[in-house]
Amino acid sequence: MPKPFNKLTAIAAPIMRSNIDTDVIIRIERLVGNSVRGSLGKWAFGSLRYLPDGSENPAFILNREPYRQAEILVTGPNFGCGSSREGAVWSLQEMGIRAIIGSGFGDIFFANCFQNGILPIVVDKEIVDSLAADIEATQGAGRVSVDLEAQTILSPSGKHYTFEIDPRRREGLLQGLDEVALTLQRDDEIRAFQAADRTARPWIHFARKSA
Amino acid sequence: MLAKIWDQHVIARLSEDTDLLHIDRHLLHDLGGSRGLLDVKNRGMKVHSPELTFATPDHAISTAHGRAGTSKIGQELLTTLRAETSASGIQLFDIDQPGQGIVHVIGPELGLSLPGCTIVCGDSHTCTHGGLGALAFGIGSSELTHVLATQALIQRRPRTMRVRFEGKLPPGVTAKDLILALIGHVGAAGGTGHAVEYAGSAIRDMPIEGRLTICNLSIELGAKMGMVAPDEKTFEFLRGRPYAPQGKMWEQATNAWRQLPSDPDAIFDREVVVDVEKLIPQVTWGISPEHVIGVDGHIPDPRSVDDPARRTAIETALDYMGLKGGAPIAGTPVDWVFIGSCTNSRLSDLRAAAEIARGRKVASGVRAWVVPGSENVKREAVAEGLDKVFTEAGFEWREPGCSMCLAANGETVGPGQRSVSTSNRNFVGRQGPRARTHLASPASAAAAAIAGAIADVRTMGR
Repeated sequence: MPKPFNKLTAIAAPIMRSNIDTDVIIRIERLVGNSVRGSLGKWAFGSLRYLPDGSENPAFILNREPYRQAEILVTGPNFGCGSSREGAVWSLQEMGIRAIIGSGFGDIFFANCFQNGILPIVVDKEIVDSLAADIEATQGAGRVSVDLEAQTILSPSGKHYTFEIDPRRREGLLQGLDEVALTLQRDDEIRAFQAADRTARPWIHFARKSA
Repeated sequence: MLAKIWDQHVIARLSEDTDLLHIDRHLLHDLGGSRGLLDVKNRGMKVHSPELTFATPDHAISTAHGRAGTSKIGQELLTTLRAETSASGIQLFDIDQPGQGIVHVIGPELGLSLPGCTIVCGDSHTCTHGGLGALAFGIGSSELTHVLATQALIQRRPRTMRVRFEGKLPPGVTAKDLILALIGHVGAAGGTGHAVEYAGSAIRDMPIEGRLTICNLSIELGAKMGMVAPDEKTFEFLRGRPYAPQGKMWEQATNAWRQLPSDPDAIFDREVVVDVEKLIPQVTWGISPEHVIGVDGHIPDPRSVDDPARRTAIETALDYMGLKGGAPIAGTPVDWVFIGSCTNSRLSDLRAAAEIARGRKVASGVRAWVVPGSENVKREAVAEGLDKVFTEAGFEWREPGCSMCLAANGETVGPGQRSVSTSNRNFVGRQGPRARTHLASPASAAAAAIAGAIADVRTMGR
């Protein structure tokens, strides 16, 4: 069940490269297993964060202070594209990330964020670029504030931005709702749908019997 | 078409644009399925509709003969999948059984995937099944648990995009080349937030397996759903398949399926038209599927790009790929060739590759693998003697699975090595840490294996 998200004021790290895919966020071999959660934080962005010999790459932003403490990522276009692996979100969460601000995200990654209480915010690219420049002007020391209730972002230099979000998803994050439990409350409706559908589209429901 | 299928599956309207949808087919694999089944059990819930849920191992199993080399952890996932599907009454297509294979190959092949049905799987390439006119999309682990527990899913209705591929395919140009060219044209985020419908004369003329390849790469242009309107070709493809409806139910189903195509005056949020007659075989040069050019083209030169963000992106990609901007892509030497994956491992793909390989030899220093998409594809290919064509040419003929497409089973391209692959992603490290991937069609991949370098398949035709 996701933790509720309301407000956050934190160090933010700009990672502005386009098309950072979920393979780059977390390599697949870290996700092969029945119980991988809890071990993923140190493997997030592995190919960017570590050199081939396993040592930290000093050039990568999350290896530098104060960005090491970042709880917000400011990202380039199409962040989280590619594979559906929810481990990408888990690994970011386990390294302390709670909100991501970008001009666009991979559709499946975007949905996975909400499932884990992470807030992905979509704003115009100009705002993302300006926010990144603002953060870099303070060498990362200036904090970014995100207020989900008010739907606002405050940059380190005091610039105010508003953002749009699906009201259902906003509510879900604010309350930390468990979607499975909510849907199970509608089980009568699901079963009624299936009962009617067995007559309307029997080929969907009796596939195994015809095999 | 999206609206028609969507509306048929709404159990409850949750907001203006969000619905609780019924899921007709839930496909499980060893990587996400095992974990999802455990999650449901650990939370004290039950699998809601096991009769609509089907499982097969593909991601983490070895594709070596006898499955030698499956890792301890891969074996553990398989053991869990067997135990938990059995406990929940879910049909499992197990190793060596007809029906086992890459989940996106077996769905259509068995007739599990049908026009007008909703299909989900914990894998982003679930969009593949849209080639039959299904509404199919990949989901994450949380949504997977949600579907196991409720047989329903909360979804926002996507925007719509139609891509019309018009014209006749020139020699050497395949479904893979069409979709790669489209991604190059609209970009890796060109379809984000959209469901894409592929249409036009080239799609109508295209066999179903090609349509599956086209839909498979929808996610690489950002769209988690891609689809093609079902037609007589679709029905012929499905007729008689083990899980497709039969007899009276077949008539009833095809009547319903004929109502699915978009109306002539349907309006799409975005339209793109591609003239396929101008295309040539495509190959990627970088680290995103949008980094794609014709095989007779030159690798982009960052020095000739003004936009600093774009220049940096090209430099980063070239540095990773070990390529020089401005050089011709053809002739780039390769170490590996991989023919397989949910994109291109069906019988027609293997035939196309075998056609190029027949009577020739894989260049020295190149390792070339052929990994059929399913046990059934393997058996049909063997019956046609394709395995012999490949092995006589020096390719390795392997057991069905995902293999080197995502390297989850430990089958990797070595660091710094260059691969031409028929798979779907040329991401950094996708085929192994620091591996360099060039995406291409099966025929182009076979041509690269023979030439020992990226090659124009049109010069190797018969």
